[in-house]
Amino acid sequence: MNVIETTKQAKQDSSYLKALTELLYQLADDDFIISYRGSEWLGLAPHIEEDVAYSSITQNTMGHAFLYYQLLEELGEGAADVLAHDRPPYERRNAAYFEKKNGDGSYKEEPYYDWALTVVRQFIYETFKQVKLKAITSSSFKPLAATAEKVLTEQTYHLAHWKLWIEQLQDSTKEAKTRIQTRVEEAWQECEDVLSLGAEAENMEQFGLISGESFLKKQWLQEVAKAIKPLPESMLDKQSGSGRLGEHTRDLNQALETLSEVYESDKSAVW
Amino acid sequence: MDKMIERQKQEELYTVIKTVDDPELPSVSVVDLGMVREVNVHENHVSVSMVPTFAGCPALDFIELKVKKAVEDVDWVDECTVHFSFQHQWSTDSITEEGKYQLKKHGVAPPPENYIPGEEWTVDCPFCGSSYTSMENVFGPTACRSILYCTACSNPFEAMKPVIKYSINH
Repeated sequence: MNVIETTKQAKQDSSYLKALTELLYQLADDDFIISYRGSEWLGLAPHIEEDVAYSSITQNTMGHAFLYYQLLEELGEGAADVLAHDRPPYERRNAAYFEKKNGDGSYKEEPYYDWALTVVRQFIYETFKQVKLKAITSSSFKPLAATAEKVLTEQTYHLAHWKLWIEQLQDSTKEAKTRIQTRVEEAWQECEDVLSLGAEAENMEQFGLISGESFLKKQWLQEVAKAIKPLPESMLDKQSGSGRLGEHTRDLNQALETLSEVYESDKSAVW
Repeated sequence: MDKMIERQKQEELYTVIKTVDDPELPSVSVVDLGMVREVNVHENHVSVSMVPTFAGCPALDFIELKVKKAVEDVDWVDECTVHFSFQHQWSTDSITEEGKYQLKKHGVAPPPENYIPGEEWTVDCPFCGSSYTSMENVFGPTACRSILYCTACSNPFEAMKPVIKYSINH
């Protein structure tokens, strides 16, 4: 496995660059959309301490998305701000499950968001993120490996937070248990897409950018099984489509329209 | 002789950078927080290599600008470039004694020493020094701080989070 020390070096091999770029878009877009959905909870979380905690996690996660967009910028993909705000849905590589609306209604009017969906999704997300990051710490692309190590020092707090929530709710009232269970089963219908590395999966593994899909899936199942009891018996599926291949739902359009509203109003504004 | 001049210049620059405070923690210098990793001088050009406490911190841009400006105000400096690097990890041990003192004055406890990853932690109260404290919220007003409460002097306070080190695959 060839170690690549700089973005300049990565640009010299077009097939390496393609696999690396694809991986970075997946990492960036996942963090980006999950933080957007998180930001929609601002002021609406179940209690004030949760509001502080969740917005802190969300802000930090948005910072992680920025790190990957910055690497993409260095690789010649365009400015980080443009990559975040101005790419059409079919170019987005986040898993479709992560773009799903928080619930019925909208932020400004009657936000009937579902906390069970959020707890389950955030727990699944953070577990998956940690498994992926750990694999990336030995990535052949050194700037990415160093970023993963740094992100892991912070992300561990995020995972601990959502693990506590899911464990306590499953240990709580019958209603809480049922609602968590229902959302877990729903997640199972989407997680095949979450665990996919997309069209460049094989090259990513071959170039030593990240471990293979089956290894990541095994690690992830092991970790979620520690907190979600029992795990659904159904097979993992991708009912909302393959986000990793650019297939998305209407929910992503809603998210992109809202989050880029200010950006669209004046694209040349300097921040 | 050249080496001596270079060292003098570096010392001068450190003194200048020490005047730059963390924008979220007035009176706590970025040098004392352990964020300055290296200062290199090439004739009239200075490059400063820094490590962020938290990568997702929105204050990094401000810190970068303030350090750049402070260094460029030195009369013999033409240009200063500031770079945040992840090649080296920030750690709790990087905070100097002066940094810890200033943090406490600001009502923020330094991160706990001898922290075991995954275990719960508390720190002594920065106001009265009591260890009779409890964790209110691991997440605070900024990514790098938590909210605690002191039962002895009945004050809420903040503490810098310990960073969780990963040493897998090495």
